[in-house]
Amino acid sequence: MNTELLGIIATYLLTLVIAIPLGIYLAKVFAGEKVWTDFLKPLETGIFKLSGINVKEEMNWKQHLKALMTINLLWLVYGFFVLIYQNKLPLNPDGNPGMSPDLSFNTIISFVVNCNLQDYSGETGLTYLTQHFVIMFLQFVSAATGIAAAVVLFKAFRDKSTEKLGNFWNFFVKSITRLLLPLSIVMAIILAFNGTPTSYQGKDKFISVQGDTVNVSRGPAAGMIAIKHLGTNGGGWFGVNSAHPLENPNYITNTVELVAQLIIPIAMVIAFGIFIRRRRLGWMIFGVMTIGMLMLLIPMVQSEIGGNPAIAKMGISQLTGSMEGKEVRFGPAISAYWSTVTTIISTGSVNSMHDSTMPMSGTWQMLGMMINSFYGGCGVGILNYFIYLIIAVFISGLMVGRTPEFLGHKVEAREVKIAALITLLSPFLILVGTALSSYILVNHPSAEWAVQPKTWLNNPSFHGFSEMLYQYTSSNANNGSGFEGLGDNNVFWNVTAGVIMFLGRFLPIIGPIAIAGLLGAKKYVPESTGTLKADTLTFSLMTFAVIMVLNALSYFPALTLGPIAEYFTLIK
Amino acid sequence: MKKYIIQSVRLTAVLLVLLCVIYPLFIMLIGRFTKGEGGGEKIMKDGKVVGYAAIGQSFTKPEYFWSRPSAVDYKADGSGGSNKGPSNPEYLKQVADRIDTVLKYNPTVKRADIPADLVTASGSGLDPNISEQAAKIQISRIATIRKLDESKLKDLIAKNTEKPFLGLFGPSKINVLKLNVALDELGK
Repeated sequence: MNTELLGIIATYLLTLVIAIPLGIYLAKVFAGEKVWTDFLKPLETGIFKLSGINVKEEMNWKQHLKALMTINLLWLVYGFFVLIYQNKLPLNPDGNPGMSPDLSFNTIISFVVNCNLQDYSGETGLTYLTQHFVIMFLQFVSAATGIAAAVVLFKAFRDKSTEKLGNFWNFFVKSITRLLLPLSIVMAIILAFNGTPTSYQGKDKFISVQGDTVNVSRGPAAGMIAIKHLGTNGGGWFGVNSAHPLENPNYITNTVELVAQLIIPIAMVIAFGIFIRRRRLGWMIFGVMTIGMLMLLIPMVQSEIGGNPAIAKMGISQLTGSMEGKEVRFGPAISAYWSTVTTIISTGSVNSMHDSTMPMSGTWQMLGMMINSFYGGCGVGILNYFIYLIIAVFISGLMVGRTPEFLGHKVEAREVKIAALITLLSPFLILVGTALSSYILVNHPSAEWAVQPKTWLNNPSFHGFSEMLYQYTSSNANNGSGFEGLGDNNVFWNVTAGVIMFLGRFLPIIGPIAIAGLLGAKKYVPESTGTLKADTLTFSLMTFAVIMVLNALSYFPALTLGPIAEYFTLIK
Repeated sequence: MKKYIIQSVRLTAVLLVLLCVIYPLFIMLIGRFTKGEGGGEKIMKDGKVVGYAAIGQSFTKPEYFWSRPSAVDYKADGSGGSNKGPSNPEYLKQVADRIDTVLKYNPTVKRADIPADLVTASGSGLDPNISEQAAKIQISRIATIRKLDESKLKDLIAKNTEKPFLGLFGPSKINVLKLNVALDELGK
């Protein structure tokens, strides 16, 4: 068991060793300073030329949002039709069918918004063409969208007072050429040499030692698995994601995939501090996020290592921890670490089945997604955290009776209103969604959908409720993991989760950018003795308290009905 | 607005070529130099392919070391876990049945010696591994059926146990397919 805990510590330390220099590098890249990857400039110039983009053109916050929304809507339309007609397109060696419109609706939103909730299974639901030209493509560009949006926010606070926030296309393309693509190439090569397939050959067939005939799904997965983690996307090539032995063949690949998903979110926080020339603030935010992570990680590891008390009662040793839904080559400890990481940032890839984890682990997983800013997804983590910062500034201002200020800009009614609306949006979407599905489950159990409501749930009682709550929590957080027992490939789940994913992505991008744009354009107020300093320990604690109180008030009633109630039935 | 639309279309086209054609083809080329030439590493026995090293297969016959239970019956053209919750009564009954089966086929084994991995389904349904303990409790059964020395089987297990990475990180484990192929060799 000790080698397993040692594995967690080593993995996290390795993450920091890579993430911190990466943050310093990113701050330079986006400030346009000299970096060693400048040899890629001709590639970028070529891309801009072919696309008719002049990167010298500075945009204000509204123009940034227009550019961002335009290209995202274009991807929605493009992908929707390609998925529906994938059976008529080339590169389909396994002869898989086209998607139904509702499934395509859900899938395309899911990947455009960096969520990667999957109501299909990769082996049978997609072709090699759509795996690459829709899924993997969107994994790159949705991550780059998030990073570029965060850089717009950085820009607003770099100078004392400005409306010019750089060029969106510039940030977007550089996120790919200077960050995502080079790292993906390195990682895909590591995966390939550890056994992840890279060739376009279709299914293979063999006769096993016992004499069974076995078909094996394969495909060029390594490249996609690299970006799915680096871009905090999480959508797997195979149905069971990184629990699949080809997607995640051994402990080395497991470590690489864990490190990869965490480095960019952490690097973005470090880069923020450096970019706006307030390093201390960057480290304070990093500190709050790390403490938050540990608060979720430690009890989760403990409950998974402890094993299932109901199976212990049957006299089976739980020395190896809870093993249902887990792989022997990883074990419960690093699987619990994975569960934590994948839910606090918005990856949502899994190396064990969350539906089968212990009840309290389910609580921590959902709470991680509800807070969604302990590091958080590629770029969007810091945008979410920014909303909490504004609320904390506002409340602190009320407490001392002064007009609140953030980094030298007055925070006034308009900004606070936007922040409050974004804060309320998450509980609204999650709780209304869960209430609606519960209502239908009880009152229309035989509705004529592909999966009838009465067979939606794979588990009875409290755990069944958790399956629905988890699905909407994951959709809203753009996380994409699931309690996969839920029968979600039908028109109800595809459409409702699709709508929630869409709103849960774009409003929390538009809100922070609008606030940052408005604040950045305001007159700079020089610091005085009465200024609220954002980079102090006191204010960091205040922010942490705001995060905890807001989320506790919003979600504890629902969590009590699900995983917490199940926990008490299990130990009684 | 019209400007953004045109720029979006052109940029998307350029990126599709870079990210969906050049990038995966480059990775494919490099994959040619790996053990399985990019198609997955295969295991041979008597000159025939009997499986993939990474992908678990069903072993239920008493003369072989058993694999873990699987929610998809080791059908590798799909994958899946049971997704049963820890308090689900139907699931707990299933586990109890598996324990009874293990005890029935391995009469010398005590209930408390059965490790959890041998009676629970894996996440992928294709787990290629079992724990050391799961292999050890099957020694007596296999030795009786194959008329082999127990010490020989113990050595075989020791030889096929993969220690934690660098001896420091993660669990130790046994590849069931490799173990059983070696077991058949032993009988010759």
